[in-house]
Amino acid sequence: MLGIGILKGMVVTAKNFFGSFVNKRLLPTIQYPEAGNSVTLFSRNIPFLVYDNDEDPLGTMRCVACKICEKECPPQCIYIVMEKDANGKPAKRPKVFDIDISVCMGCQICVEVCPFESIKMDSTFELSTPDRFEGLLLKREHLLKSNTYFHKIHPDEAQEVDDRLAAKQKKPAPTPSTPAA
Amino acid sequence: MTPINPDQLIVQLTQWALSFLDSYPLVAVLVAILLSTVPLIAVFPGCFAITTWLERKGLARIQNRIGPNRTGPLGILQPAADGIKMLLKEDIVPKTSDRLAHFLAPVVLMVPAFTILSVLPFNRNMIPAAVDTGVILFFALGSVSTLAVFMAGWSSRNKYSLLGGMRAIAQMVSYELPLVLSGVTVIMMTGSLDTTKIVAQQQLSEWIQSSNAGLQCLGQIIGWNVFTPWGFAGFLIFFVASLAEINRCPFDLPEADSEIVAGHLTEYSGFKYALFFMSEYVSAFAINGLSTTLFLGGWSGPNIRPPWSDDPNALLIPGFVWFFAKMFALMLVMIWIRGTLPRLRVDHLMGFAWKFLLPLAIMNIFVGGFYYYAPRWHGIPVVGWPIGFLVMYLSYECIGRLNRGPKTAQRVYHYAS
Repeated sequence: MLGIGILKGMVVTAKNFFGSFVNKRLLPTIQYPEAGNSVTLFSRNIPFLVYDNDEDPLGTMRCVACKICEKECPPQCIYIVMEKDANGKPAKRPKVFDIDISVCMGCQICVEVCPFESIKMDSTFELSTPDRFEGLLLKREHLLKSNTYFHKIHPDEAQEVDDRLAAKQKKPAPTPSTPAA
Repeated sequence: MTPINPDQLIVQLTQWALSFLDSYPLVAVLVAILLSTVPLIAVFPGCFAITTWLERKGLARIQNRIGPNRTGPLGILQPAADGIKMLLKEDIVPKTSDRLAHFLAPVVLMVPAFTILSVLPFNRNMIPAAVDTGVILFFALGSVSTLAVFMAGWSSRNKYSLLGGMRAIAQMVSYELPLVLSGVTVIMMTGSLDTTKIVAQQQLSEWIQSSNAGLQCLGQIIGWNVFTPWGFAGFLIFFVASLAEINRCPFDLPEADSEIVAGHLTEYSGFKYALFFMSEYVSAFAINGLSTTLFLGGWSGPNIRPPWSDDPNALLIPGFVWFFAKMFALMLVMIWIRGTLPRLRVDHLMGFAWKFLLPLAIMNIFVGGFYYYAPRWHGIPVVGWPIGFLVMYLSYECIGRLNRGPKTAQRVYHYAS
C-alpha cells in the first residue's frame, strides 16, 4: 500500500519515544557532573608513571630516566632530567619528569616504547584548572601513581604487565648474542 | 436562576456578570467583547508555552535524548526562560531594510492568527464570535499570514529571506486549495458555514437526550465526520495540508535552516522573532481547532448528563476539555511527524499538492455527494459507507501510482559488488 513507509517510520520514532522511558539503551545520556562518568576499561588520555610499593613512591618508581619516551614523543611534551648522586654519577631515576598535558595528544607512543613498563596511560579526565600554564604542566609528583591504581583502572593490562615483569625477573636477562666474528 | 450546569458554568457566570450592566448597554457590549477576547489572548500563549516544552521534550525522546531538564522540574520552566531570553535580546533591524514593512510583518502575522480563533466553538454557547460564515472567515483571515510571511521576507532585504518568502507564497497558496476543498465536503454535508452548526450536526441529539448513559456517551462520538469515508479522507487531506499551511515539518521549506538559514525569519531577532514564533504556534492551534471542529466533533466527546440535572442538553464534563484535548492530540501528532519525516524537496512539495492532494480532495467531494444521496437502511448508510470507502481507497492508490515517476533501471555496480 502507498504510504506504508511513512507509517513504518512513525512506528520507529514512536518506539524510540516510549522505549526511552523504559529501556536504558534508548536513553544513553549520562548527566555527567551529577551522575557517573563514561570511563571504561579502555579509556586513556594522558600518561602516568608507575611505582610498585605504595609506601615509597619515589624509591620504587620504575622509571630509570632513559629518555626514550622524551625522544619518541611526537609533540615533545615530555621533559626529563636524570638525577645524579653526590659524586655526579647518574642515579637511574628522574629528578624532573614533566608532561605538558596541554600539548600531550594521548597517542600512547611513550607507553609503547618504554622498555621498563614504567609509563602507562591514565583514564582520569577531570583535569581542568584555572591556571593554564602551571596547572597544565604535570610534575613528577602528580604523575606518580601506584601499581594498585593501575590494577584498578586497567586490570587486564596491569596483570599482563605484572606477569611479564615477573617472568623477566625469574630468568636472568638473556645475554645479547655476540655476532660471530 | 437557572440550575447549575457544569459544562455551561463559564457561560452562565459571564451572563450573570453582564446582567449587572443591563442599564448601560454600551458598556455591556464592551465588557462582553473583553470577556470573550481576553481569555483567548491569555489561554493561547499559555498553550503555546506548554507546546514548546512538549515539543522539545518529545523530540528529545524521539532522538533518544532527555531534553530540557535544568529549568524547574522536568524543565517545565524552559518556556519562561526562553521568553525572558527573547525579550532581553537586542532588536536588530538591517540598515537597508524596509523598516515599516519589517516592523509590521510580525503584527500582520499575529493579528489574524488570534482573530481566527474567535470563530471556533470551544463549547456550547462558548464561541467568541458567532459568525454565520465562520469557516469562510477562518480561511479568509488565515490566508493573510501568507502576506505577512512575504512582507517579512521582502522587507529584510536578504536573499535568504526573500527566497523563504517566495517559497512560503508558493507553498501556502498551493496548499490552501486542498485545505479548503477538503473542508468543502463538510460544509456541503452540513449545509452550513456556521461552525456551531457543523459541531451540532456531528452529535446524535436523540441519543444524547436519551436516559441511557452509554447511549449518551456514544451519541457524542459516533456522529463525528471522521467516521465517514469522506470525513476520514477529508481529515487526512486537511491535516496534511494544514501542516503545509502553517509551515511545519515536513513542509517547513520557507524556514528551512539547512538551505536558506531561517527563511523569512533570518533578519528577525528578539521580541519580533518571538512574535513570529508565537503566531506560528497560535495558527497551528487555530487550524487544529478547525480540523477538530470540522471532522472530530468539535467540543463533543464521551460525556454523560449530570445525575442531578433535568436539562436534556446538560453535560458533566465541560466541552472545552474535549476540544482542547483533541487540539493538543493533533499538536502531538504534528510533533511526532516533525520527529519522523525529513523535509520535502521544492518540486516534490508542489507536486504533492497539485497532483496528489488536490485530485484526492475533489474526488472526496464527489464521494461526499454520493454518500449523501445513497440509500440508507434505518438511517444507517449501508451503501454509502462501503462504496464511498472503496472509491476513496482506490482513488488514493490510483492517484498515488499515477504520480510515480518513470522507473529507473537498477544501477549495476561493476567493481563494488
